[in-house]
Amino acid sequence: MTEIEQHIVAYIPRLRRYAQALTKGHSSMAEDLVQDSLERALDRSHQFRQGTDLRAWLFTIMHNVYANQVRRINNGPDFVELPETINESLVDTSTSKLELSDLHRAISELPLEQRKILLLVTLEGLPYQQVADTLGIPVGTVMSKLSRTRQHLRKLTHRDNSPHLRRIK
Amino acid sequence: MNKFTEITDAEIQAYVDNQLDLDRCLEIESYIQTHPEMAELIKDYQDLNHSIYQLYSPALDEELPEQTKQTISNKKTHLNTRLSRRRPIQRKLIKVAASLAWLAIGGIVGWHSHSSNTILTQSIDDHTSHLVQPASFAHAIYSTESRHPVEVSAKEEQHLVGWLSKRLHTDIKAPDLSKNNFELIGGRLLPSTNRMAAQFMYERNDSIRITLYIRRGAWDNNKTAFHYSKQGSISVLYWIDGEMGYALVGDLNKTDLLDLSKQVFQQIS
Repeated sequence: MTEIEQHIVAYIPRLRRYAQALTKGHSSMAEDLVQDSLERALDRSHQFRQGTDLRAWLFTIMHNVYANQVRRINNGPDFVELPETINESLVDTSTSKLELSDLHRAISELPLEQRKILLLVTLEGLPYQQVADTLGIPVGTVMSKLSRTRQHLRKLTHRDNSPHLRRIK
Repeated sequence: MNKFTEITDAEIQAYVDNQLDLDRCLEIESYIQTHPEMAELIKDYQDLNHSIYQLYSPALDEELPEQTKQTISNKKTHLNTRLSRRRPIQRKLIKVAASLAWLAIGGIVGWHSHSSNTILTQSIDDHTSHLVQPASFAHAIYSTESRHPVEVSAKEEQHLVGWLSKRLHTDIKAPDLSKNNFELIGGRLLPSTNRMAAQFMYERNDSIRITLYIRRGAWDNNKTAFHYSKQGSISVLYWIDGEMGYALVGDLNKTDLLDLSKQVFQQIS
């Protein structure tokens, strides 16, 4: 195994976490997404340019695989919409299940690009510039979309403003 | 004072995401002391970050699916042949061989997991779940103990430091913070998320206690500036230096905690 392949393998748990969030909690879709992305990354590891950011490269691959996956589902002959139920294991017992599943639903309903930005920043702790590079958009757009997403989620989850959703603790 | 009014939306995001430089962080913090609306907004955004993290992070600890494990061991054993083209019995044998290889590799990695460059099956340790959170929990649990705050007291400092160094496989020092009026009470060995950690506890004459949490990790970034994070009422200042992660935890304001962290940093590095 080359060094770069070892690094890719070390990232699998984080790819799995990101895939869970990206696929809105469809466990089987997330699993396929990680598997396909992993195979693609390992096959093409020689194409990775040393000195550039491995995470950004891996997430770009995953975004492409995800786009194909969604396209395939949409074109498929017998697509049945899967219930977007939250994976039990995603829920930490220390915060009430209701609140987190509300948040999960709210994140799942975000437009794809906003969801990617939010997750790359909060889950992966990626610097804004790297998020911009990964998504091929200006860093200013990353910041403004992030801000709008947060305002939106805050409004949804704020106690005073919503009849459905409770404040996130 | 006027510069406070210029806090931009982008800076609020960067503050919440720990991507803002420390000086500006401090300015924002003094600003929100007198602007509860802004304070509430920031608090909500921080809570949101924390909730997102809580929501999805359990996936980090889940066992990998068989297929993924196989892809990895195929890579490792150079078994790149397409399994599906083979006859079922062959396929089964290869699968068994591959999972044995996986087991063997797992065993080797487990055995050598204290060695620093083993990254085969280890995930990259992230700052929040492997440093900030365990450090805050450990602080919350032990700093409030009146009878057993430490395992080994400062009276046996030499023994304490030697023991922790041995268990963490590196030279550990208990920094002297008496300049800042904090005296060492003692320390203990702790289990952390996937490793061991050391905790030193200090006390000021007004009974305020702070703890220094030290552990090794496979950090994704082995040199960081001081980062600040608030976990409930507890403040955490943390930094990574090579393999070692440090977190100074206490119910103190950021400026005091930063002064102390600089002291620790100077004495330890």
